[in-house]
Amino acid sequence: MISFRRIAVLAAAFAAMGASPGAFAQGKVLRVVPHSNLSILDPIWTTAYMSRNHGYMIYDTLFGTDAKARIKPQMVDTWTMSKDGKTWTFKLRTGLAFHDGAPVTSEDVVASLKRWGRRDALGQQLMTFVEEMETPAPDTFVLKLKEPCGFVLEALGKPSSNVPFIMPKRVAETDPFKQIDDYTGSGPYIFKKDEFKPGDRAVYIKNTKYVPRKEPASGTTGGKRVYVDRVEWNLALRDPQSQVNALAKGEVDILERPAFESYGQLKEIKGVEVFNRDPMGFQYMCRFNALHPPFDKAAVRRAALAAFRQEAFLQAQVGVKEYYHTCPSMFTCNTPYATTAGSEIMAKSNMRKARELLKASGYDGTPVVLMKPTDLAAIQKLPDVAAQLMRQAGFKVDLQAMDWQTLVSRRAKKDPPSQGGWNMFCTAWVAPDIWSPLSNAALDTKGEKASWFGWPDDPKIEQLKAQFARELDLGKRKKLAAEIQAEAFAYGTHAPLGEYINPVALRTGITGLVVGPGDFYWNVKKN
Amino acid sequence: MYKFIARRLLSTIPVLVIVAVLVFLLLRLTPGDPAAILAGDAASRDQIAQIRISLGLDKPIIVQFGIWVSHILRGDLGESFYFKIKVTDLIAQRLEPTLALASFTLVIAVLVSVPLGVIAAWRFGGWFDRALMGFSVLGFSIPVFVLAYILIWIVSLKLGWLPVQGYKRIGDGFWPFLRHLILPSITLSVIYIALIARVTRASMIEALGEDYIRTARAKGLPESRVLIAHALANAAVPIVTVIGIGVALLIGGVVVTESVYAIPGLGRLTVDAVLARDFPTIQGVILFFSFVYVVVNLLIDLSYVIFDPRIRY
Repeated sequence: MISFRRIAVLAAAFAAMGASPGAFAQGKVLRVVPHSNLSILDPIWTTAYMSRNHGYMIYDTLFGTDAKARIKPQMVDTWTMSKDGKTWTFKLRTGLAFHDGAPVTSEDVVASLKRWGRRDALGQQLMTFVEEMETPAPDTFVLKLKEPCGFVLEALGKPSSNVPFIMPKRVAETDPFKQIDDYTGSGPYIFKKDEFKPGDRAVYIKNTKYVPRKEPASGTTGGKRVYVDRVEWNLALRDPQSQVNALAKGEVDILERPAFESYGQLKEIKGVEVFNRDPMGFQYMCRFNALHPPFDKAAVRRAALAAFRQEAFLQAQVGVKEYYHTCPSMFTCNTPYATTAGSEIMAKSNMRKARELLKASGYDGTPVVLMKPTDLAAIQKLPDVAAQLMRQAGFKVDLQAMDWQTLVSRRAKKDPPSQGGWNMFCTAWVAPDIWSPLSNAALDTKGEKASWFGWPDDPKIEQLKAQFARELDLGKRKKLAAEIQAEAFAYGTHAPLGEYINPVALRTGITGLVVGPGDFYWNVKKN
Repeated sequence: MYKFIARRLLSTIPVLVIVAVLVFLLLRLTPGDPAAILAGDAASRDQIAQIRISLGLDKPIIVQFGIWVSHILRGDLGESFYFKIKVTDLIAQRLEPTLALASFTLVIAVLVSVPLGVIAAWRFGGWFDRALMGFSVLGFSIPVFVLAYILIWIVSLKLGWLPVQGYKRIGDGFWPFLRHLILPSITLSVIYIALIARVTRASMIEALGEDYIRTARAKGLPESRVLIAHALANAAVPIVTVIGIGVALLIGGVVVTESVYAIPGLGRLTVDAVLARDFPTIQGVILFFSFVYVVVNLLIDLSYVIFDPRIRY
C-alpha cells in the first residue's frame, strides 16, 4: 500500500522538477505585480500611470524629481539661464545612447519636447512661453522664451504623467495623437517587445550600456543602477488574495499596491515585509460640478466643504491608521507649496455651520447626483462617507453606483444630471500631480473651457496662476500658491480629503527600492 | 448525414448575424466611453475627444457597424482599442490557456462523474448513493472562488505541491504545463462532476429498470457488462447532452477561475475588455464563443448517432 508520506515525497519531487528552467537560465529575474494592467505603451499619448511606469523603465528624462520633491538634472549635465531669464541653455551629459546604439542628441531632445508639449497640460503651458528651441550642438539645446518663465525646470523634471521622456527623433516625430510603435529609449531597461503579452506579462531586460549618474538614486534622479538581469511584470495576477498567496509562496517578489485589507495578513507572513517607498503618497478629493445646480453656487459648495471631515473619509477608506493623515492643503503636504491658507472651513467638521451655510445659500433641495465607483477598491468608500455627511448637513443625495469606466465616461459630460450628467465624484491623485498650482488639474478654473471635469470658473485663480508661472523667486511663488489655495477654498473648486500611502509588499531578499514619487525598478537588488 | 451537417453549418450564419447585431448595439447602449478610459485619469475633455476621433467613435453608429461588418466579411475582427493588436491575434494568444483549462476540466469531470453516477444508480438508495447526492448539492452550492482559495491554501501554501497562480504554455514543457493546470481544473470541474454525476445517476436508474436489463441479467452476463454495455450505452444520450451544456457553461466558469489563478485566457480577456469598453475585443470574443457554442452543439447532435443507432439525420 502506498503511504501518504510516499505520495507527498513523490509530489514534492515532481514539484521540484517543474521549477522553470528558464528562471535559472535568465539570471536574476525580478517578478513584479504592478498596480494595474499595461496596455498603452506610449506614455505621451495617455496619462495612465502604468504607461508612465513603463516609460520610466525604458526612457530617461532631462531632469528628475528626488525623494524630497527637488528638481535635479538627469540627462542634462549643466545648464544656464540668461540674466533676462529668457534664454535657457542645456548641455547633455556624455555617454547617453539609445538602445540601438545611436547617441542621444539635442535634436532628439527637441523633437521629444515638441511632442510632449502638444499632449501634456504643463507642457502646453510651457510651450506658450517658448519662442523657439535651438540645437547649436549635438549635445546642447537652447530654449528661447518670449518672457521669463518660473517653471521651466519644474516642467522638464515633472515626475508624473505626462513625463517628458526623451525618445529618438524618428519616434518623437510621430503625430502626438497617434501611438508610437517603436519603443527604443535610452533608459536603464530595454523593453522586450517580442515577449510582451497584453494582459499576461511585460518583460524588460537590463540595458548593459546605460551610463548612470554618479549620485545615489533618489526619486527619478541620480544613478539608475540595475542589479537584476530581467524584470517581469505579471499582468495577469489581478485578484488581491491571489497576489498575497503568490507573494507568500515566493512566486512573485513585489506587490506594488496591496489592498489595504491585505496588510494585516501580509505582516504575518514569514519572508514578506512591507515597505513604503512613496512617502508623499496620494491625496483623496471630491470634485463638484460647477455647471449645474446645486453646485453652481459657491455657497452650496462651501456648505459641503464645512460638512466634510477628512478623518471620517480616511478611516472608512484606508482604515490602517499608520497609512493615512489629514492634510489641509490642496497641494501635497510636506512639499514646497503646501499651505493651510483658506482651509479653515475644512479644519474640522462643523455640521452646524454646514447647515447654516446651506440654509443661507438658498438650497432648494435639488438632489446631488454623486457617482460611486463600485469596482475601484481604492476609492469606492469615499462617496458613501460624502453622502452621509452631506445628508446630515441637509443635502438630498442621489448616490448612483456604477463601474469606474462608466464614471470616467460620464464625468466628461456637461449635460445636467437629469440628462446623464452629474454633480459630484471622488477620486485620488498621486502627490506630484497636485503639488503645484500649475500641475494641479483641479485648479484649472477656466470655466467651460477648462481642461478638467467640473469646469469651475474663477478668473482670479487663473490670474494668480499666470503670475505664479512667471515668478522665478521661490518665496514669492509660495506666497502666490497660498493665495491661489485661499481663493480655491473660497470658490469651492473641490474638497481635499486627506492623504494616504500604499506601501509595497515584498520578499525579504529584495532590497534597494528607490524612495520617491512612483514605482521604479532601478537600484533594486535580489538576493 | 452530410446534408444535416451542411444545413446545421448554414444555420450558424443567421445565428452569428443576430449575435453580431445584438452585441454591437448593446455595447453602444452601455454607458462608458473607451476613449475616456484610454486617455487616463488626468486627461482633459479635448484629449478624450481626440482619442474618440482616432478610434472612429465619432462616426454615426450605422457607419461604425458597416465598417465592422465589412472587416468581418474579410475575416478581420478589427483591432483592440485597449491592447492595440488585432483581435484575431489576441484571441489566438489567449486560446491555448482556455482550451487547456476547459479540456482538462471536462476530462476530469467526465472521468470522475460518470463512474460515480453509474455506481450510485447501481447502489440506488445505499450510503454511496446518498453520499454522492450530498456531494452534488455541495458541488453546486460552493462558489468557484471559495473552492479555489481553499484548494490553494491546502495544496499550494500548506503542502507546497503546486503553484498558486500562473500558466505555462505546453511549449515550456509538459510537466510545468500540467502542474499549473491541476488546481484550476479541479476547482472548475467540481460543479460539472456534481451536474454530470446526477444526470448519469438518473439516466442509469431509468435504464436499469428496463426489460432488456432484466433479460441481460437473466442471461447471466457479468454485472459490469450489464452496467456498461447495456445500461450506460442506453443512458448515454442525456449524459452527452449535459456534457455539451457543460461546455457552454464552462465559458462562464473560466472567467472566475482564470481570474483567481491568474491564467491569461479568453475568460480574463473578456473581463478586461468589458472593463475597458474595448468594443472590438468584446464583439470578437462573443462572436467566437457563439461560433464555438454552435459547433459544440452540432458535435453533440452528431454524437447521438453513435450512442443511439435509432437516431438518423
